[in-house]
Amino acid sequence: MREGRSLTFVVLTAIFALYVLFLYGPTITILILSFQGPDGGLTFPMNGVSLHWFSNLFQGIGVAYVGDAFLRSLELGLLVAFLTVVISVMAGLAFRRRFRGANILFYTAIASLILPSIIVSLGIALEFRIVDDAIKALGDNYGIEWIQDNFQTLVGVFTSGLGAHLTWTLPFGLLIMFAVFNRFNPSYEEAARDLGATPWQTFRHVVLPIIAPSLVGVALFGFTLSWDEIARTSQAIGAENTLPLQLEGMTTTVTTPVIYALGTVTTAISMAVILGAIAILILVQRHRARRGSDAGKGLV
Amino acid sequence: MAASTATATATLPATAPAGAPPSVRSRWAPYWQAAPLTAVFLVFFILPLLATFIVSFWNYTEYSIEPDFKIQNYIDVFDKCVSGLPDLCTTFKTYISTLKFCLIVWLSTLVLGFTVSYYIAFEIRRPTTRLILALVCTIPFWTSNVIRMISWIPLLGRNGLINQMLIGLGIVRDPQDWLLYSDFSVILAFVHLNTVFMIVPIVNSMSRIDRSLIEAAYDVGATGWQTLTNVVIPLCKTGIAIGSIFVITVVMGDFITIGLMGGQQIASIGKTINVEISYLQFPIAAANAIILLAVVMMIIAAMVRFVDIRKEL
Repeated sequence: MREGRSLTFVVLTAIFALYVLFLYGPTITILILSFQGPDGGLTFPMNGVSLHWFSNLFQGIGVAYVGDAFLRSLELGLLVAFLTVVISVMAGLAFRRRFRGANILFYTAIASLILPSIIVSLGIALEFRIVDDAIKALGDNYGIEWIQDNFQTLVGVFTSGLGAHLTWTLPFGLLIMFAVFNRFNPSYEEAARDLGATPWQTFRHVVLPIIAPSLVGVALFGFTLSWDEIARTSQAIGAENTLPLQLEGMTTTVTTPVIYALGTVTTAISMAVILGAIAILILVQRHRARRGSDAGKGLV
Repeated sequence: MAASTATATATLPATAPAGAPPSVRSRWAPYWQAAPLTAVFLVFFILPLLATFIVSFWNYTEYSIEPDFKIQNYIDVFDKCVSGLPDLCTTFKTYISTLKFCLIVWLSTLVLGFTVSYYIAFEIRRPTTRLILALVCTIPFWTSNVIRMISWIPLLGRNGLINQMLIGLGIVRDPQDWLLYSDFSVILAFVHLNTVFMIVPIVNSMSRIDRSLIEAAYDVGATGWQTLTNVVIPLCKTGIAIGSIFVITVVMGDFITIGLMGGQQIASIGKTINVEISYLQFPIAAANAIILLAVVMMIIAAMVRFVDIRKEL
């Protein structure tokens, strides 16, 4: 032990503790306030304790579209998570070799990660507007009735909205895959190849099982990033809102603790999803460890 | 590191006796494997940026946008900015306001994030404890940003907890109004939401520092402060740069935090763009976006001059 370390340690521990308080304090405050009594307001003191605002929330009073927005966000989040895993793994495999344009693609991904979201969002909105106008013009010029009668817009949660989310989640997915494949020992693949496995068999039976736990992480990242995303979707999603957008709109219109109840519920869902994923991860690893030890015994 | 691994694996297929068909196939493999990623970035990132650039030269009326080529949008953005000097035009004022927030938030998150990272990486000896503390810092990131922002309202409001406490302790006599919907609450929310972006890359950098270097510094008689400034900080400057880029770009483009925590009263360039979009003034919003893009790129270019980001992967 060096001299003076204990004092530094104490000071830094205090700073860390204050930081954690700063981080959790506000969220805990609204967690408590969401159990405000029926006559209670947006601030302390608590006017009784009740589940009034939760029942209010589930009856949909004043916040009619929350349920729809919630389901939409959930579906979008799951789809984003799935696509992020598939596309990131494929790209991760590609980046293990050299190919033309690898550098440009890498820097594009980084650029997509760090450019202000409002720019990306506006760009997607403009692009879709231009395409919409072009399709409508096509319909009018050539008298295509189907377009004239039916076509409104290509903008939507699962078109432009999905794309906007992917520009945000894929760079994270790619960076995680870089980290994963950096630690990946290629001799396993070589062994599989030597035994006559096709590239697909090698991937399916050797690579995929090894990287599977990291993929849970990528999926989780994709889901949570999408679940909370506002800035990229704000202009790119069209008429229907995702949950965070709905929430943002409500902050100016809803003046009862029902919004805290909603905050508590969405927080609980995020936590449940993440803890669930971590539980799956631990189970997979345990299962694997057990099988691993079996294999060891078999050899001896 | 990524590059060297890539080169190492690149030579593998050639040496592995995999037979003719797989090697022919595998030469093209990276291209179709990278195709979906390329397609997504092309359709939802490159083309949109191009569309923004093109539309920034277009004309607009109350109802529609029309293809055109004029620089009027850019002239409008900088209206009276030079001729009106020394009075500042709206755009310059907005940029100064945005940059002010950027600088304060960057410094706050850097100092706080660095201190917390240092504590986790160097003062905690057990790896498990280190992991748990790092997790503690990232868990709040799991809930919605909007929720985390509005959770400040019951604390900072006129009848909020902090005002009640200040009055109760006799520190102030009347409720303080500057706590909420002010520069203060905006900065507080930014620091609250973004310090984690500093912590993660800095902890990552610090955990790679060879402990014997620090021992060596102490052995040759360096003080704790000298070790910090001459050994630790230079060795984690890549992490610092990555965190800084993240925080700066988030604050530069933000309109949600500034809107919500500033009571819709504080100007920022992201908010300007957002308002213009809501009035369907797409071309001028596009011009503003292109200028913001240029400003952000300049800041990032200045930062990456000092570090090699790819080294960190």
